[in-house]
Amino acid sequence: MKKKFLALLLALAMTLALAACGGGGAAGTIKIGGIGPLTGSTAQYGIATDEGAKIAIEEINALGGLQFELNGQDDEADGEKGVNAYNNLMDWGMQILYGCTTSGSCAAVAAESFGDRVFQLTPSASSTTVTEGHDNVFQLCFTDPNQGRTAADFIKNNGLAQKVAVIYNNSDDYSTGIYQGFKAQAETVGLEIVSTTTFPEDTTTDFSAQITDAYNNGAEMIFLPIYYTPASNILIQASQKGYDFTYFGCDGLDGILTLEGFDTSLAEGVYVLTPFDTASDAALRFIEKYKAATGSEPNQFAADGYDCMYALYAACQKAGVTADMTADQVCEALIPVFTDPGFSVDGLTGSGMQWGTNGEVSKDPLIVQITNGVYVSQ
Amino acid sequence: MNRLRTMKPAARQNLISYTLVTAAYLVIRLLQGQGMLSRSIQGQLVPICCYIVMALSLNLVVGISGELSLGHAGFMSVGAFSGVAAAVSLESGGVGSPAVRLVAAMAVGAVLAAAAGFIVGVPALRLQGDYLAIVTLAFGQIIVNILQCVYLGVDAGGLHFNFLDAELHMEGGVSIISGPKGTVSVTKIASFTAGFLLILVALAVVQNLVNSRAGRAIMATRDNRIATASVGINSTKYRLMAFVVAAALAGAAGALYGLNYSSVAPSKFDYNTSILVLVFVVLGGLGNMWGSIVAAAFLTALPETPAMRGLADYRMLVYAVVLILVMLGTNNPSVQSFLNGKLRRKKRRKEGAVK
Repeated sequence: MKKKFLALLLALAMTLALAACGGGGAAGTIKIGGIGPLTGSTAQYGIATDEGAKIAIEEINALGGLQFELNGQDDEADGEKGVNAYNNLMDWGMQILYGCTTSGSCAAVAAESFGDRVFQLTPSASSTTVTEGHDNVFQLCFTDPNQGRTAADFIKNNGLAQKVAVIYNNSDDYSTGIYQGFKAQAETVGLEIVSTTTFPEDTTTDFSAQITDAYNNGAEMIFLPIYYTPASNILIQASQKGYDFTYFGCDGLDGILTLEGFDTSLAEGVYVLTPFDTASDAALRFIEKYKAATGSEPNQFAADGYDCMYALYAACQKAGVTADMTADQVCEALIPVFTDPGFSVDGLTGSGMQWGTNGEVSKDPLIVQITNGVYVSQ
Repeated sequence: MNRLRTMKPAARQNLISYTLVTAAYLVIRLLQGQGMLSRSIQGQLVPICCYIVMALSLNLVVGISGELSLGHAGFMSVGAFSGVAAAVSLESGGVGSPAVRLVAAMAVGAVLAAAAGFIVGVPALRLQGDYLAIVTLAFGQIIVNILQCVYLGVDAGGLHFNFLDAELHMEGGVSIISGPKGTVSVTKIASFTAGFLLILVALAVVQNLVNSRAGRAIMATRDNRIATASVGINSTKYRLMAFVVAAALAGAAGALYGLNYSSVAPSKFDYNTSILVLVFVVLGGLGNMWGSIVAAAFLTALPETPAMRGLADYRMLVYAVVLILVMLGTNNPSVQSFLNGKLRRKKRRKEGAVK
């Protein structure tokens, strides 16, 4: 028994010792608080935004001017944990909020940062509820309905298809948001949606019912406003059935080429609406650094994170933000800069990015087609 | 122990419970007034209250009634969404007082969750053991999937509802529930005081039920169903009573939770949350209300402490290790006998003081 007690005590002591070695920040740096899912089922996105931002901060700090410090906290893609992380960062002395990665958590946190007057820039929370009524919250990514509208326009203008089927995840606000934008714009431009089928988050392996429905209704193209893992299953199952559809996906499909165990030849000819142009020089440099730092390919989320830091850097310089300013002073200084029509940022996910007073970004969408296993701009 | 029994232990226990909860509330309020609480702790006060009520109510089902329910978060979601809908409707109807809206929301949440509990309970409670667990698990999943398709808004003409389609045909008005986004742009009116009062109500309801004739019937059913039936007790009725009361309390907790955040997604109430609450109950001890309160507060606050947050990537790992250690520790016979001995001695000393 004594031994067991000793073991228990030692284990507790070790836990506490581990717990004691966090925190601490250098003087004269601007404290940026990051929130995203670092654990849980969406951790890949949170880790990507976190790592992408870290690479940018290293570069910015090496320039010797303004110094940034990033404290990335986990929210498990949950609003409650997001608000907890936010409060924790406020205790830490956060001056600028970078996040959240996911829309659901971001909507809950945005209400808090709005109340406290903390400037917030999200790399990838694309829901409109994030920015609605919050003058302090800005997005670096396109909003969901905006992506849907852009996709419908592109399909119509390029005559890719006339009869379109949609398969979307109705338990995901990202997917539902794009679908709603797509549907509205398709009606406007005269694109025919012949089949609309859905699936919930926890049923992403068997899509035969959805694919058959699309086929029976004579769809030429399937629009996939979903993430790449379920999309890969759709591609595989449709090819097994011998159906030959054209596919069109949004930024959630970015990453399908690096999916483990997936035959990329099935993705040939797939259109992807993604802001991350992996062919530019700057992107290649970023990809190299990211691989060296993390050992994996960066996705669009990492590029969004990288761009966020440079946007903040440019805005802080223009607004004359210094490390001794309080969070609300920084916020009031940055808002007019971001909404200034003369302020624009060139990044990996678009050049000439500008922001409106509603917090939404305006940049040119990039549509690529997968040809011979690589993205080719359209 | 004999002396304790002759002194109406139930009444004494109730009094001690209320006093301790009130004392904890006053201490926290005092610290808050002195500005000694960090934002991190202040932000967690309301969710901790909600989880405590969730754990207390689930303990009624799992500990007192002896049924394994894996869908308790489902009732919380019913309460959260109906409560938020009630609060926003009242607000747009011109009810200015947040306290009135909060109480009305919790009442609506409790009633609707109780109704859901009744609908699920009537067929499900004919089952036992594993079967009941599976049915409640399925209920928890179904309710989340349904809520993800619900669109609800309110304008001058009243409530507008749509299923699967976001178009609400409103003239102005505000959106309340928006499919997978969940509740949107809610005015936060939940307060720690309301949470504290809800805990007191939950404790009063649970303890009085347990110590009543019905409570004894519930426990008798748990211990031996056949023997209970043989003396003419309708076991399904009493099990249903515990189940519905627990659902109502979970609904009230859900309403409070929903009104503490400007946005809550339906996916928050999936089986992970149900299991989390079950962990509070098991860790605190089945049938032990005090254990539930302490476990819910401790395990909710633990991963948010600055020390744990400082661990960054290893935070959830350490949390899991601590969880395992506590489980092992509290189940260790020598620790148990040590704790029991201490408690008994304390009780005896207190008794002496009272006399």
